[in-house]
Amino acid sequence: MDAILLQILNGLDKGSAYALIALGLTLIFGTLGVVNFAHGALFMIGAFCAVTVQRLLNLSFEVVDPDKTDFLGQPLKVKTPYVEAWFGPEMGGAIIDWAVPLAILFAIPIMIGVGYVMERGLIKHFYKRPHADQILVTFGLAIVLQEVVKYFYGANPIQTPAPESLNGIVNLGAVIGMDIVYPVWRVVYFLFSVVIIGGIFSFLQFTTFGMVVRAGMADRETVGLLGINIDRRFTIMFGIAAAVAGLAGVMYTPINSPNYHMGMDFLVLSFVVVVVGGMGSLPGAVLAGFMLGVLESFASMNEIKSIIPGIDQIIIYVVAIIILLTRPRGLMGRKGVMED
Amino acid sequence: MFGLEKRDTSMLIIVAVLTMFAPFILNPFPAGSALAQFNAGYPDLMQRFVIFGIFAIGFNILFGLTGYLSFGHAAFLGVGSYSAVWMFKLLSMNVIPAIILSVIVAGLFSLLIGFVSLRRSGIYFSILTLAFAQMSFNLAYSVLTPITNGETGLQLTLNDPRVLGVSATADGSIPVTNLFGMEMRSTFELAVGPWAFQFNAGYYLCAVILLLAFYLSIRIFRSPFGMMLRAVKSNQQRMNYTGLNTRPYTLAAFVISGMYAGLAGGLMASMDPLAGAERMQWTASGEVVLMTILGGAGTLIGPVLGAGFIKYFENIFSKINDGVLHSWFSFMPDGLENAMVTLIHPFVGKGWHLTLGILFMLVVIFLPGGLVEGGQRIRKWAKNKRSGGETPTGKTEPAE
Repeated sequence: MDAILLQILNGLDKGSAYALIALGLTLIFGTLGVVNFAHGALFMIGAFCAVTVQRLLNLSFEVVDPDKTDFLGQPLKVKTPYVEAWFGPEMGGAIIDWAVPLAILFAIPIMIGVGYVMERGLIKHFYKRPHADQILVTFGLAIVLQEVVKYFYGANPIQTPAPESLNGIVNLGAVIGMDIVYPVWRVVYFLFSVVIIGGIFSFLQFTTFGMVVRAGMADRETVGLLGINIDRRFTIMFGIAAAVAGLAGVMYTPINSPNYHMGMDFLVLSFVVVVVGGMGSLPGAVLAGFMLGVLESFASMNEIKSIIPGIDQIIIYVVAIIILLTRPRGLMGRKGVMED
Repeated sequence: MFGLEKRDTSMLIIVAVLTMFAPFILNPFPAGSALAQFNAGYPDLMQRFVIFGIFAIGFNILFGLTGYLSFGHAAFLGVGSYSAVWMFKLLSMNVIPAIILSVIVAGLFSLLIGFVSLRRSGIYFSILTLAFAQMSFNLAYSVLTPITNGETGLQLTLNDPRVLGVSATADGSIPVTNLFGMEMRSTFELAVGPWAFQFNAGYYLCAVILLLAFYLSIRIFRSPFGMMLRAVKSNQQRMNYTGLNTRPYTLAAFVISGMYAGLAGGLMASMDPLAGAERMQWTASGEVVLMTILGGAGTLIGPVLGAGFIKYFENIFSKINDGVLHSWFSFMPDGLENAMVTLIHPFVGKGWHLTLGILFMLVVIFLPGGLVEGGQRIRKWAKNKRSGGETPTGKTEPAE
């Protein structure tokens, strides 16, 4: 029982990353009808926003301390981050410690900006082109973004730890009298993704803006004829989708040290997730994300691996193939999407 | 000639001349001169040109004719490599059985994958092929280690149970791949003044096979079967309404292009008898897509051009380092020289992928027909200029 609960937890935290990326992909697809292969790169850029914030906060100046000497007998140089000098050592230390959560504030405007520029500068010109062209141009863009990041940050993974207080482990099972020890940050990640997903859904459901966007997704032309500038709203949605992917990346950095090709690794899986969930269906994307995450973690249990060796490596693809062949529109796909 | 139209014959002859004289054509600069690094006439690179050319020609039969964008073609290449290496291990070091087996195995494999994937079209097809390829890649890395040797890759060893031939040569080394005794790695060097031309047996084997593959692809393009595939691309629904089942045609195209990929994989293993799982990764599939699009999808010569172009620049660009840049711009004043070097530095050497990505995006945005369309546009422009600015037709011919 413990093991099963633990696997579900494991699956949920991987699944939340899948769900967040797939949600963004589906938002873009549902609104603009564009297949965005650069979405993984947006996830990666988000992760590197966290790296940047961490580096910025750690910018420091050196002072020679005449009282102390290092082991060679020379005066010791003491490095003090600017933040500590401005806010005092305790407050400054805390700010540096909380670099990753702080990066969220930094990442939101940057990601929305990146998304806006991408849509206006490139994707706009590809609405009328075939889907193959969209895939190809965004694939090229992904390569470019990846290489730019590699140029500035190098090819090695960069460690970005979570805040000290969220870095430990917690016994989640204590409440129900069981023993389930789990890293705190992964719980945070899961809760964070639930908040984001909930936020996006309520934004679309309960605001006027969201209503117009949903109307546009259902029938773009009619909404346009009503005198609403739907293109501008869709551009904003693209920015929001980019921000969702970016935030998923920011929060993922303590789980897995970011490197420049992390986006590509996630991209393939999140496309599978989108297709399993059904092209253009937001609940489908979220559901499929969590489902595939949980299935993947169950498949990596030793008991199951001993029955079917290697199943943990391929379970997602097997599920995807079965679903695509039996339910051609995915779990919750709408009629008439991508069927031309 | 050969049952081809005049235009196609001349194209075949041009390709034949280019491949046969490649050691000269790709070696225009004398060894030791400053421009010698632009020479591509060494066996390893020339082999890669033709092998990836074959791969791209095969991919083009599927993508260019039917419009089905497969993102998993590298799996067939990998399967071909593995089967070729197993043939070397078990049967003989002759390349012929290895290549035949790799084509057959890749064909069977693609029959299986194609049968399932072709039930869907559009992006669903792309995702299905991607899923299958990633599955094969993951399995090759993990569970299938007894067959694929996992991360290390499948290699020849000194105690392979080779039925025809010896497991180790007299001096205790691993025997080399050969074609009825002619070693694939044997190279004949011809020195003409400062030039050194290399003629490699393996390259010429690959080149001959490339010509055969190219000839076959011309025949497919011009056949009623090729016409049918084009009809599938332009309007599959209408084909279905006329009471025609398109599935056998697309499946045949898929299997043919899978066999081409297997052939490329088998050749790759014949030139250098090892096979690794990374050849099956989806980025490798992405590469052949890049080649085909860059050259011009749906055209005969495009994929070969694209493969050559990408492989050439991959090798040449990635060799340019800061020292080379400095020597180029040394005629400029110091400040300007350094500025130029810093400006160009991110795009060469390790940054070659950046250049490739930008180039690829530009091609997709401005030249959907690839290099071939670029060539056609230039020719048309020149023609218009010569004939005194006649009204342009305003419509580009579909690239053939």
